[in-house]
Amino acid sequence: MTNTKTLRLIDTFLNGLSEDFGAFADLKMEALDALRTQGLPALKEEEYKFTPISKKLESTFGEIKATQKINLTAAQVAAAHIPGLDAHVLVFNNGQWDQELSNFTGAEFQILSIEENEANLNGKIGAIAKNDRDHFVPLNSLTFQEGISLEIPKGKALTKPVLILHFVQALEGNYTAPRTYISAQSQTAGTFIEKTISLDEAPYFNNVVTEIHVGENAHIHYYRVQEESRSGITVNNFETNIHRDATFTSVVLTLQGDMLRNNLSLNLLDSGCEGNMYGLYLVNGKTHVDNHTNVDHTKPHAESNELYKGILADQSRGVFNGKIFVRQDAQKTNAFQQNNNILLSEDAIVNTKPQLEIWADDVKCSHGCTIGQLDEEALFYLRARGIGKESARGLLLYAFAGEVLEHIKEESFRDYCIGLLQERLGGSY
Amino acid sequence: MLSIKNLHASVEGTPILKGINLEVKPGEVHAIMGPNGSGKSTLASVLAGKEEYEVTAGEVIFKGKDLLELSPEDRAREGVFLAFQYPVEIPGVSSTNFLRTAVNQVREYRGQEPLDAVKFLTLMKEKMKLVEIDQKLLSRSLNEGFSGGEKKRNEIFQMAILDPSLSILDETDSGLDIDALKVVSHGVNTLRSADKATIVVTHYQRLLDYIVPDFVHVLFDGKIVKSGNKELALELEEKGYDWIKEATNGAAV
Repeated sequence: MTNTKTLRLIDTFLNGLSEDFGAFADLKMEALDALRTQGLPALKEEEYKFTPISKKLESTFGEIKATQKINLTAAQVAAAHIPGLDAHVLVFNNGQWDQELSNFTGAEFQILSIEENEANLNGKIGAIAKNDRDHFVPLNSLTFQEGISLEIPKGKALTKPVLILHFVQALEGNYTAPRTYISAQSQTAGTFIEKTISLDEAPYFNNVVTEIHVGENAHIHYYRVQEESRSGITVNNFETNIHRDATFTSVVLTLQGDMLRNNLSLNLLDSGCEGNMYGLYLVNGKTHVDNHTNVDHTKPHAESNELYKGILADQSRGVFNGKIFVRQDAQKTNAFQQNNNILLSEDAIVNTKPQLEIWADDVKCSHGCTIGQLDEEALFYLRARGIGKESARGLLLYAFAGEVLEHIKEESFRDYCIGLLQERLGGSY
Repeated sequence: MLSIKNLHASVEGTPILKGINLEVKPGEVHAIMGPNGSGKSTLASVLAGKEEYEVTAGEVIFKGKDLLELSPEDRAREGVFLAFQYPVEIPGVSSTNFLRTAVNQVREYRGQEPLDAVKFLTLMKEKMKLVEIDQKLLSRSLNEGFSGGEKKRNEIFQMAILDPSLSILDETDSGLDIDALKVVSHGVNTLRSADKATIVVTHYQRLLDYIVPDFVHVLFDGKIVKSGNKELALELEEKGYDWIKEATNGAAV
């Protein structure tokens, strides 16, 4: 069934497509079919019930059109760097790989353009984040330009983290579609840090797809900080396949945007692997942040840990949906999930929903969610010792939020995040 | 130092304190006793500034200032300290970090230079001995997973660090075994001086064997119905509170 209403948003794309897709024609044909059948999320759709993304896009843009690359300078790249972090830097310019401004000399990984390496990458791109996964995956598959594949060869442990900087600025259009495929071969290790920089206040729609293959006994950390402009709209589809004895840890810090939707899926494909998802959303104004996470336990003896915390001020809105799927084969699974929220204003809203589907009978799974205000008893206790009201609030909120950032192992990036947190809470704690 | 006149307070519209009068001078120790529900803890909380209590009449003057006009933090900075009956557990905030923040905000209010890390540590070490509190406890989250006795000791430790002129101990003895009681009392007694005052709120006479009061007041139904010296506490221990209740009710008829 075609959802014509939502497809109006992407009319230009669909009409402008040539018959000949060129590279990845199969993937794109499949994406087009998926789009024509599913459309974009309808208003009442369960998965997007609390995040009316199509409505938001329609009221903001009327129609989605791709932006051009912007004139990005080395100074802008330098300014976006994380202080004190020694890292390889990969730059994306409005969703497109910018090799010139990137700097990864001496790196132990290889980067290939996706479009130019169909022969090598066919069957890999779109195999983890499949076109039927989410409405926005096929849209990305159909529209991405200058995506990259990054491969860490077998046995290599990256000595420096990889900093991925996404610069976004709506220019003669409003839409960007970065596509990244990361393949960490067996027995590798690496840390990735991703940051989006909105260069001005013009609204844009950033439709990101990231696919990660975490090979046998590979250990990957992926950290993201989302501090976009107040008119930035982003949908992130982030999916990983985690193989035997491998670990993957994701930490997402969300501070600002107009509407941000993060789909994070960990597929635990073999025994001995571990997937960790941590998130902190500290939002104010009218920022709307939606974290939809999904962990799929398919084999015995795997573990997943999840902790998302939210602090919501003003008229901000948070959505958390945590799916844990434990298949029949996945005995001895340990899966933990927790979502805690503090609302700082009467107008802030949180919708949280754990969703556990367990088909195995010998597993340990737990979940919990809380929504509350700042603990008044604790606040009074601190004030009764001479700590001013604002500092006491800051101290308590910092203590609440800090638990998430502890999972960032890269020290200078953790300090950077702590700095952002303290700045937001108005003090140093 | 502290002058309470005709203090009335209620919580959610229910009157709890119904006209308290109390004068506390420097150097004095006052014990406030009374049966459960008589308003003892409410009095302590009202003095510390807990917002859920509404003062409906009366005044409290502390060192010449209208205490009721001050925020809880300013009361603490002026030198009022409440040792909580139930100290709050605060995950993620270390005792050390919390106390240093408190000390320096109090110092700032008083126009004093903040203590640097070294000076603060020296102060901590000195006061830790007083209540026999372990360093390990202080590096943990504030009160989190502390035993009852450890929490109460931590209260007295905070009191020693903040060096208040008026200390209010709200049932600090409740739930303490005799050894912990001795440690806590020793701490309180060491901190006593001619320019400081203490209000000890307790349900049991036992504490007063260790912290000897100059005055004992009996609080019943939101009023001080009887005052005396430490002998009154012994009398209460022997006879219980019923005779006070009867005398009060009798007088009211």
